Amino acid sequence: MTHTVDPDFLALPLDSVSDAAIQAGLSLGASHVDIRIERVRTGVLELRDTNPETQTDDSVAGIGVRVIVNGAWGFASSPEISPSAAKRLAGVAVAMAKTSAPLTTEEIALAPEPVYANRTWVSDYEIDPFDVPGEEKIARLAGLNASLLKTKTVNYASAFTMFVKEQKHYADSYGTSTTQQRVRMQTAIDAVHVGDSGFESMRTLAYPAGHGWEWMGNSIWDWDSEISELPELLAEKVAAPSVEPGKYDLLIHPSNLWLTIHESIGHATELDRALGYEANYAGTSFATIDNLNTLQYGSELMNITGDRTTPHGLSTIGYDDEGVQAQEWDIIKDGLLVGYQLDRRIAARAGRERSNGCAFADSPAHVPIQRMPNVSLKANPVGPDLEGLIAGVEDGIMIKGDNSWSIDMQRYNFQFTGQQFHRIKNGQLVGQVKDVAYQATTTDFWRSMKAVGGPSTYVLGGAFNCGKAQPGQIAAVSHGCPAAVFDKVNVLNTVAEAGK
Amino acid sequence: MIAPQEIIERITAAADYDDCFVIVAHNSQANLRWASSTLTTNGVITEQSVTVIAFVAIDGGMATGSITRTDVKADEYEEIARAAGVAARAAGKAEDAAELLTDSHMGDWGAAHAPTGPDVFSKFAPDLGEMFRRSQEDSIELFGYAEHTHSTVWIGSKGGVRLRHDQPAGRVEMTGKSHNRTRSTWEGRATRDFSDISIGDIDAGIRQRLQWQERTSQIVPGHYQTVAPSGAVADLMAYILYASPGRDAHEGRSVFAKKGEPGKTRVGETLAKLPINLFSDCNFPGLEAAPFNVATSSSSYGSVFDNGIALKNFDFMLGGKLENLITTRASSVTTGLPFAPFGDNMIMELPGASGDLDSIIAKVTSGLLLTTLWYVRIVDPVSYLLTGLTRDGVYEIKDGEVVGAVNNFRWNESPVDLLSRISAVGATEITATRELEGFGRTATPPVIFEDFNMSTVSQAN
Repeated sequence: MTHTVDPDFLALPLDSVSDAAIQAGLSLGASHVDIRIERVRTGVLELRDTNPETQTDDSVAGIGVRVIVNGAWGFASSPEISPSAAKRLAGVAVAMAKTSAPLTTEEIALAPEPVYANRTWVSDYEIDPFDVPGEEKIARLAGLNASLLKTKTVNYASAFTMFVKEQKHYADSYGTSTTQQRVRMQTAIDAVHVGDSGFESMRTLAYPAGHGWEWMGNSIWDWDSEISELPELLAEKVAAPSVEPGKYDLLIHPSNLWLTIHESIGHATELDRALGYEANYAGTSFATIDNLNTLQYGSELMNITGDRTTPHGLSTIGYDDEGVQAQEWDIIKDGLLVGYQLDRRIAARAGRERSNGCAFADSPAHVPIQRMPNVSLKANPVGPDLEGLIAGVEDGIMIKGDNSWSIDMQRYNFQFTGQQFHRIKNGQLVGQVKDVAYQATTTDFWRSMKAVGGPSTYVLGGAFNCGKAQPGQIAAVSHGCPAAVFDKVNVLNTVAEAGK
Repeated sequence: MIAPQEIIERITAAADYDDCFVIVAHNSQANLRWASSTLTTNGVITEQSVTVIAFVAIDGGMATGSITRTDVKADEYEEIARAAGVAARAAGKAEDAAELLTDSHMGDWGAAHAPTGPDVFSKFAPDLGEMFRRSQEDSIELFGYAEHTHSTVWIGSKGGVRLRHDQPAGRVEMTGKSHNRTRSTWEGRATRDFSDISIGDIDAGIRQRLQWQERTSQIVPGHYQTVAPSGAVADLMAYILYASPGRDAHEGRSVFAKKGEPGKTRVGETLAKLPINLFSDCNFPGLEAAPFNVATSSSSYGSVFDNGIALKNFDFMLGGKLENLITTRASSVTTGLPFAPFGDNMIMELPGASGDLDSIIAKVTSGLLLTTLWYVRIVDPVSYLLTGLTRDGVYEIKDGEVVGAVNNFRWNESPVDLLSRISAVGATEITATRELEGFGRTATPPVIFEDFNMSTVSQAN
């Protein structure tokens, strides 16, 4: 269904506010001015068993004005959306740039981009979640939780859903002007069993996606089927033996592999990180720019793309927060590092002709920085289905669902857990084990990828809550991938790690 | 923009249901960020949020719902009040219902928010520029962030609640790298107004640590006697408090549940061998925090029904014994635990303990010294096993002295279990967390952990 930008956002004085900021900034000596007028509405609904506990509807609106004066940045923001506020903010931003100049030794330059005047883009969704009555949302989640609670295994059930509508008007002193709207949804349901030896839980595998409330029907993700299977899977996990630590072949389902891609490839190939811009906070990257076109990141089966164009992708957009049109490009080809993620400033610093459109700010109060596009592993066009992949594993574990994740500040050493760990022996699933974590070094892990699933195993996973920058910003991002098999990965027993 | 007090009066007057709490938060912030000894971003930020919480009597109980908006125009009062009421009726009976506070006053209600701005850096920024210059001369690269925020919160209700609190907060972080980025260290400071920030002290700390890294060696994974500075201790203790809702423990799904005894918790159990206290106190000198409860939504950690209630000390652990878990008034009834809301700061102390980090290092014959912990995540909620990395410097200690740097590690540890392996504690000091940078007001001591589990080597530096 094709939506248009909501009339009440278009009714804001977008052009006059933008013009006021740009003209004021230029008249005060700025060589570049850009302005974002944003409204980000976020709804959260959480149920404990069948009772709503948290229900919020939070709308953040305002202006962010960014300038370059004598090669230095200045930024200011306010929740007030008016021409007078925009003019005042331009002045504050210019003053901030002048104050900052003595601390700035790198002259800010931006890679060029064609001008896009009066462009509009809206993401592909059917039902605006904010148009759905609260009672209907609660009833849907309570119904799913009630199904779980009917079983003997599930003592507690909790449901969480978050839905976001993001509206942005961007304009800059080059003449670009874009107005965009996108919608996204995330829902997760947890089933908990409490027994004599403690408790165990299992969460749904459903991923966050660029859909509206239609996501909560069964046509895109079959919630009813997943919920009906969850108690039995949880019961099996409760009774499962604790894993024997050691080296295993891992068949990693896309519901888990998306997060490994996010942490060990997505963040590692942000060029601002590789150059050191996040050294104090999010960290740097082992994949420094001298490794471009020489680093064998993974096996030859590995092909990774970056894009802001995938339908229903969480990072998908028409134009980024610097007016750069959405693109798709290679990051890793046949296992070789061939590309990075860029914004206009980083592209200019790296001598690139053009940014690939990765600038994003999570609110009008924050400055745009380079954020992750959809970073995805390509399926093998003639690869096996999931059963075929299982059949090829002699002694291994199939991991489904994401859970704990951690990686070091240069993206070398990581450790992940999951929701379900299915033991594979001689090409057959033989039941779950539990207490599993896998630990590896990024390039060792990806070089060990020995089988990549076909298109039938491909899922577009992702997250709402990717963090970066100071002050902290979050971003939503998708990662598509097939199931894949990795050779002899180090598996820990988490109970043994705790010394128990 | 309309004054917060006016917004509150008009919305509470427009609310046609049993009670309505309006929380207005006004934040102003100035920030500077730098990398490779040059400024990379900066900002002057003004933010406002208006949260309207409706309380509506329905059959069998009380319903609640909330709406939050950045800015509210004069013609929107009735609509936002109505929308909160609709949300409450849709939600149905609230499990955490409790009697609402009425007729309570605190703070200078009528005063405007006093914004912070770039002037707060008037001494700091030139000093930082001078540190940039010195570091470039010595081939040291500096990366970091400075932020000052002033937050004002007003809570008003139909029932006559009029509370206000002002909260200044600031932090400085500095990462120093040298020798082609093969050496790296970090210094962090928490402050209320930047008047106590000494760039000279930060510079000296950075240079000393980089010097310590002149001699390096590789150490294998294993269990080590490990010195943690106060900031790393604060990160670990904050994670413990995140696991502390009494309701979860009562239901058996927390590290603080008594295994195999449904409905029972570990309150009363000795967690630490040393008589350590872990608590929040809104009047702790230097960490003064909101003296009343603020909750824009309900969860295991707080309830909208408890808004405005005066905070007492939250004593999580006293004398090494688990004293309290976090409860709302409603969950205190269902769990049988005392009503114990968590405050907005965290203090850990061993009464009578003294000595700084150097004096703790001097107690170690053979062990390691951490700088900071990073990327901490929960691996197993049953044991509360966490994983994470060491970051920006791990040092080998021999006979009470640092003798050089070693590799970084991935560690796997339960901070609850670690409490029983604290063998020495220094003086409590106001400190800056790193992993949990939002946990802004902490005072903790440096400590020695016995047998800290360094699980694998991290190549990162």
